[in-house]
Amino acid sequence: MNSYLLKRVMVLIPVLIGMTIIVFSIIHAIPGDPAETILGQKATEQSKQALREQLGLDKPWLQQYFNYMGDLLQGDLGTSIRTKTPIAKEIMPYLAATLELTAASMLFATLVGVNAGILSAWRQNSWFDYTAMIIALIGVSMPIFWLGLMEQLLFALKLHWLPSIGRMDQRNPVESITNLYVLDTIIAGQWGQLWTVIKHLILPSIALGTIPMAIIARMTRSSMLEVMNSDYIRTAKAKGMSQFFVVYKHALKNALIPVLTVIGLQTGALLGGAVLTETIFAWPGVGRYIFEAISSRDYPVIQTGILIIAFIFVMINLLVDLLYAAVDPRINYK
Amino acid sequence: MKKWSSLALAVTLGAVLTLSGCGGNNNNAATEATSGSNAAATAAPESSPDAAASAQDTLILGRGGDSASLDPAIVTDGESLKIAHQVFDSLLEYKPGTSEVQASLADSWKVSEDGLSYTFKLHPGVKFHDGTDFDAEAVVFNFTRWSDPASEFKFEGDSFDYYDSMFGPDGSRVIKEVKAVDAATVQFTLNQPQAPFLQNIAMTSFGIASPAAIKDKKENFKNEPVGTGPFVFTEWKHNDSITLDKNTGYWKEGLPKLNKVIVRSIPDNSARFNALQNGEIDLMEDLSPDDLSTLEGNTDLQKIERPPFNVAYLGFNFNKKPFDNVKVRQALNHAVNKQAIIDAFFSGQATAAVNPMPPSLWGYNDAVQDYEYDLDKAKALLAEAGYPDGLPDTVTLYAMPVSRPYMPDGKKVAEAIQADWEKIGVNTVIQSPEWATYLDDTKAGEKDDIYMLGWTGDNGDPDNFLYTLLDKDAIPGNNRSFYVNEELHTILVNAQKETDQTKRSDLYKQAQGIIKADAPWIPLVHTTPLLAAKSNLKGYVPGPTGTEYYSEIYFE
Repeated sequence: MNSYLLKRVMVLIPVLIGMTIIVFSIIHAIPGDPAETILGQKATEQSKQALREQLGLDKPWLQQYFNYMGDLLQGDLGTSIRTKTPIAKEIMPYLAATLELTAASMLFATLVGVNAGILSAWRQNSWFDYTAMIIALIGVSMPIFWLGLMEQLLFALKLHWLPSIGRMDQRNPVESITNLYVLDTIIAGQWGQLWTVIKHLILPSIALGTIPMAIIARMTRSSMLEVMNSDYIRTAKAKGMSQFFVVYKHALKNALIPVLTVIGLQTGALLGGAVLTETIFAWPGVGRYIFEAISSRDYPVIQTGILIIAFIFVMINLLVDLLYAAVDPRINYK
Repeated sequence: MKKWSSLALAVTLGAVLTLSGCGGNNNNAATEATSGSNAAATAAPESSPDAAASAQDTLILGRGGDSASLDPAIVTDGESLKIAHQVFDSLLEYKPGTSEVQASLADSWKVSEDGLSYTFKLHPGVKFHDGTDFDAEAVVFNFTRWSDPASEFKFEGDSFDYYDSMFGPDGSRVIKEVKAVDAATVQFTLNQPQAPFLQNIAMTSFGIASPAAIKDKKENFKNEPVGTGPFVFTEWKHNDSITLDKNTGYWKEGLPKLNKVIVRSIPDNSARFNALQNGEIDLMEDLSPDDLSTLEGNTDLQKIERPPFNVAYLGFNFNKKPFDNVKVRQALNHAVNKQAIIDAFFSGQATAAVNPMPPSLWGYNDAVQDYEYDLDKAKALLAEAGYPDGLPDTVTLYAMPVSRPYMPDGKKVAEAIQADWEKIGVNTVIQSPEWATYLDDTKAGEKDDIYMLGWTGDNGDPDNFLYTLLDKDAIPGNNRSFYVNEELHTILVNAQKETDQTKRSDLYKQAQGIIKADAPWIPLVHTTPLLAAKSNLKGYVPGPTGTEYYSEIYFE
């Protein structure tokens, strides 16, 4: 196990280096003078020169890359051009907001998706199966921004059940410690506030979680169907075990590996790909942070933001690989 | 495990990510628990919006973007400046809803005969939010910080772009010296006369910051600004909200009327409008014209218009034939149906442009008549120019690939114009290269025959439109038409040296007459930004420059 882990981590090194090369090259892929592109029409020659020096653009390419890597290894993630603040400091609240939303969305997607998939497989070709799979099909093809706006229209404007935007009630703000408001309100024991925060989470996490939910449901169903037709399940059924026990204990365990993979990939995708949801629900997450950096041509932020998300994505995949062993003891990584 | 495996997985992932994400929480702003005074407002948002009306003294404003920084000296973007405007006062300010200057931190001012010396009398007894005194030394400190490239208070990454562009970059500074004559008098000595000087001084970027706070907070000042303005900065959650509290010791008597202002970033126009209808915000910027009918059908809401302060135009490239011929330019001017474009692509929220500057700007020439939409006149002019059958060559029309406040969809507008021109025998091909290339190409003037662009005013001075965009000095640069008229140049340069506002105004009116006759552009539209608010919100007067105090706002 340990040697596997070591090997697995070693493989990450070229991946990470490759990532830095791609991310580093972004700035060199812009047509024209990057300094002029970044600063725009109204900039003076002086400020352009200052920016070139700040970004090291006046040095040879290879030297620039090694300087960049040197800074990265020392924990210097660069400084935003737009806000003039160190990115390492600036990005934390955004990451927290994104993590909270991702966690809530994946909780929704996994709970609903896995169970819908199981039930569909269990009652294959029943009306439940058909309905669930049609919903899943609509789910994967639903434009998120449309779903989000419709949710707001129905649950906020018409029914007044839930707030339409943001993470909390601005007239009665949460005192933040970790920037994960669910955690903050629990630590402070403010249960009323916790409920408000959860209410703010419901609409965006359903909007964001719908596509992963649909994908997970379809994957669980097909994976379960395969297992349900295998010999040992027939044996278990023949022994007269309860249907529920067979499905949830014997079948699910073996059907879980592909599902885990999908969950891992989807979690990674949500981390960086939540721009639309974050935009519609005014959620101050990392997707919008990078999106806004793109609009204002803030290249250091784009580079670092992508690098961090890619890094987390790789880590999640590593974690999923390791979880296989926990789920399926036959995988022992010798 | 079993059934719980999936749940356990999600939780595990969450926990791992949490650990990696929360190492450096930097939110150290010690937020006070919400004061009792707005408890009434607290309960309201989800139930019914009008329940809060009786005692509401907190304004929640929804806007599309976030501030880049809260120090107005180091930014040029409108979103940053409009918040900084609440925290800082400048020596002068713009009269509400206009671009004319009036007294602010300076009660009065004197200009010397030669226009080289400005003496400001400061308002007595003004204090910064940190309790230190506002005086002449504070003014000197700020101007020195902006002008001295070696200033120790120019922090890493700082650049004072507006100072450089309004008062000249290092090496050709307009301001020679700023001197504190006594505690309440400050004197500016200039290297050369600058007519828009007072207009410039009134800009939000030149808001006076507390020297003590800058010395104390250093590079963190841009996150925790301290000025003399109507509101005190309290908290900034990036991309989410900025909280400002009432400055109880504000030097303008009786202001601000609100107790608290919370500015939220809600990027999507529809979502922002949903939030307004749901009572989660009280005022929103940038209402999309499509939502206008919904707004007008809702008696709880009102529409507010910001005076237009921009211009969108088509420019002719004088380097290309036959656009060096004034008759051809005038002919094409006659062949653009501006009203139809406004109705089709701006939902009516724009006015047809006649001059290169917006009507809300002083010095605007009302006497200039536009080239009316008349295809027969256009054909006649083309014939006079020697093209009775229209232009022989296909014209390259550059249409903007990006959306700007003055031009939401350049390609569609270009297509409408293309169709009109075809009727007079002018065939065009529309090109929209990527934005950076677009700007490079039009600056070089080799590929485009006619190009589309626009401009938003900076300081409320006609110089910022006419000289910046159409003078021969702006080649190469913002004068992408390569339009040279010596008479115009003389007028514009004289207007820069003249310090008498009335005389300047006359010069600019004269300039607009010349530009109209030469027709280097087809001025298209001035767009009107729309805002929406709860109908009980009063006292809000949006200014053309995009920054205005929220201090007069109150709820009925």
